[in-house]
Amino acid sequence: MQPLDDVVKEFLVESHENLDRLDRELVELEQDPHDRENLASIFRTIHTLKGTCGFLGFSRLEAISHVGENLLSRMRDGLLVLDTAITTGLLEMVDAIRQILAAVESTGAENETDYSALVARLNELNSGGVMPAPKAAPEPSAVADAPHDTVVAPAAVKSHPDVAETVEHRGPDDRPVAGREDRRPGVADTTLRVDVGQLDKLMNLVGELVLARNQIIQFTATQTDNAFVGATQRLNLVTSELQEGVMKTRMQPIDNVWSKFPRVVRDLATTCGKQVRLEMVGKDTELDKTIIEAIKDPLTHVVRNSVDHGIEPPDVRVARGKPAEGVVHLRAFHEGGQINIEITDDGAGIDPEKVRRKAVDRAMVTAEQAARMSDHDVLRLIFMPGFSTAEAITNVSGRGVGMDVVRTNIERIGGTVDILSTVGEGSTLKIRIPLTLAIIPALMVATGGEVFAIPQVNLLELVRLEGEQARTGIERIGNATFHRLRGNLLPLVPLAKELGLTSQCDPSVVNIVVLKADDRQFGLMVDGVNDTEEIVVKPLGKQLKSVQVFAGATIMGDGHVALILDVNRIAQQARVFGVGERSAKSTDSAAAKQGPADTQTWLLFRGGGADRLAIPLKLVARLEEFATADIERSGGHEVVQYRGEIMPLINLGRFLGGDDVTPADPRQVIVFSDKGHSAGLVVEQILDIVSQSISVTRSNSRAGVLGSAVIQQRVTDLLDVAAIVRHAVPEFQADSAA
Amino acid sequence: MTSQKQFSTFVLDDLYFGVEVLNVQEVIRYQDMTRVPLAPNVVQGLINLRGQIVTAIDLRRRLGLPERQGDVRPMNVVVRTTDGVVSLLVDEIGDVLEVDEADFERAPETISGAARALVTGVYKLKGRLLLALDVEQTAVLEGDVAAERRN
Repeated sequence: MQPLDDVVKEFLVESHENLDRLDRELVELEQDPHDRENLASIFRTIHTLKGTCGFLGFSRLEAISHVGENLLSRMRDGLLVLDTAITTGLLEMVDAIRQILAAVESTGAENETDYSALVARLNELNSGGVMPAPKAAPEPSAVADAPHDTVVAPAAVKSHPDVAETVEHRGPDDRPVAGREDRRPGVADTTLRVDVGQLDKLMNLVGELVLARNQIIQFTATQTDNAFVGATQRLNLVTSELQEGVMKTRMQPIDNVWSKFPRVVRDLATTCGKQVRLEMVGKDTELDKTIIEAIKDPLTHVVRNSVDHGIEPPDVRVARGKPAEGVVHLRAFHEGGQINIEITDDGAGIDPEKVRRKAVDRAMVTAEQAARMSDHDVLRLIFMPGFSTAEAITNVSGRGVGMDVVRTNIERIGGTVDILSTVGEGSTLKIRIPLTLAIIPALMVATGGEVFAIPQVNLLELVRLEGEQARTGIERIGNATFHRLRGNLLPLVPLAKELGLTSQCDPSVVNIVVLKADDRQFGLMVDGVNDTEEIVVKPLGKQLKSVQVFAGATIMGDGHVALILDVNRIAQQARVFGVGERSAKSTDSAAAKQGPADTQTWLLFRGGGADRLAIPLKLVARLEEFATADIERSGGHEVVQYRGEIMPLINLGRFLGGDDVTPADPRQVIVFSDKGHSAGLVVEQILDIVSQSISVTRSNSRAGVLGSAVIQQRVTDLLDVAAIVRHAVPEFQADSAA
Repeated sequence: MTSQKQFSTFVLDDLYFGVEVLNVQEVIRYQDMTRVPLAPNVVQGLINLRGQIVTAIDLRRRLGLPERQGDVRPMNVVVRTTDGVVSLLVDEIGDVLEVDEADFERAPETISGAARALVTGVYKLKGRLLLALDVEQTAVLEGDVAAERRN
């Protein structure tokens, strides 16, 4: 094999672009066969290709494109109307050309594959032989042309070499006329092909420059020389602009990925015997090239899934009262420094019951877990490895390697995936991904004498508690700590403890960084909060692969290295939200298969003569202590003045029929709240908060108890909070029901 | 004439080690390091090598030698491996030596545990032995991690 000629290389690059455009335009043309401008553009592309092939001596390529050109020229002259058969034929021709080009690229010569069948078929299409008028009839526009077509066809067949000839001559003359062509020379004059490697190198250099700039700015703070400070400011500005500029060169519209979808959808719909329309909104949404590369496969997979599994066959759709043609809708938009991509179909939707059954069949969850999970959580099970709800394994999908790969790929670039679905109405897959990976804004925090970077995407707010607040603002339940953030319990994670460091914090000040992980909130307690900084993410060496709480490292303004926290991993490690699916990966397979949805957070306590009782933490509004002296009586109930209202207290012992234990002073009270009314449950001692998935053994023998379960290896009764509150404080329920 | 190799040498405890010069990127004095919490204990920290973040491995711990005494600051031998650049912390830097392949012998069985897996062999020099360190193996910590987990 000899190295490719520069001319041939240029030809290959150009042809690949042209072929991609052909794919798109042909599908568009199929939808609107009378778009003359589009047809002209297709014709020109094929014509150019054919011309260059002849010039470079690729005779097979020339022959194939020649047949296609003939076909197109007759359509352009209005002698033929594009239909499915012709489109398929032309698309196959595009594929054949691609194959030959690939061969040229790897061997320097055309391949030996026999394309005579394709050529013959295209010729046949050209002569109108396999294009009976009825086939085109469903399209009203085609009907009008049909008679015209049949009359002219015989003559055209005879003269077809001449037609091709004249068309060929006419081709170049057309150029100035078509609007599309007008723009092209302009674009060619102002654009430049640049090697991606070159851009990557530039990006790295800009990253270094940003770091050096940060260092100089820090140094400038100690300087007083005005000229120097001025120069630094200019450096600062220029660097920021340069960074933005280089970043822009790497930005590409998402259309680069999407442009392949019309063809994918069309081919797949034809194979499956479905009618599908693809709608795309936000084609111009730009994102970093590396991210475009990373989402290409997952997106293609999702779109194929929508057509194959989502959209129903036309007869089924009609029977369900939907239009025969299904719609796959792609939408991309920027929001809060992230890209959102939504893939919606108006198909059958995903039946949560089916997913439940499947998950139980495959022993991914137990039947009890599945029954307890919310529908949304059940749907998320499709992202687990080895899951597929397709009834039959088809050529396209349903092999059980799918959505989990999609999720893994998206998460690898720091994105998230979620699914919403309504049975009978369709599904929406939501993907959120960062704009770029290379340089990100981050909050620098200090803990245990070290500095860590927290990506700004995860950051919600900062809370600082001082003096009295620092003591009262943090509440302990067992080993877990919480902060009441605007009335909600925010689980706290001390960063020092998670990292095995010693906090050097002044105990009179508490810094809480409120973070978002997996769409839930938690508070990270740090020693100090520094500044925000633009940081350049650098990967950690392989030696540190085992340390998963760090997403990478960066170099700070002062030249020191700072580690970047992986907020999701920290949340998982600290088990803020229960046993996460990924943190459980290394443990036994049963546990690994439990999604986060299977687990609930339970408040364990002792009271009412029972040693261990549990209620779901989400029902708990607050935990309070009341001195016995503060407790008053009203209407036979113990009540207490609480936040400007009278709150009834429920004596659990009396309710459960246990021994009436002399209450401790102060009394521990669990406060429930519903629609502005509160009720307090008096307990003896709060034991712990645990996140665990449990299976409940139903027992109807005791009122107020839902059943028992094993929590922390011990049998624990689950309280029926609703029943207890209803029974003990009838007006509570009456009011809240009203 | 037998084949010659150049070794960059250094001292650890009372042992004399060498790394093939071709694998050595540079030798630098002690650098400030950023500790990595939760990391395997052989990882001493991260250093900023002109904008590149390099993992520093304490070679004494890696080889199972006693801890460094007093306030002696280790030197960095920055080596290239297939997994990227790694800094090896050593006690003292020696000369670059030219050694003769004829003097090479496989690592004696008597070398203790961790060291033996990381030493390809010894060169019998005049008056002392030069232990040839396997840079690739030294940079791989998977085994240690697994071992730590087991404990």
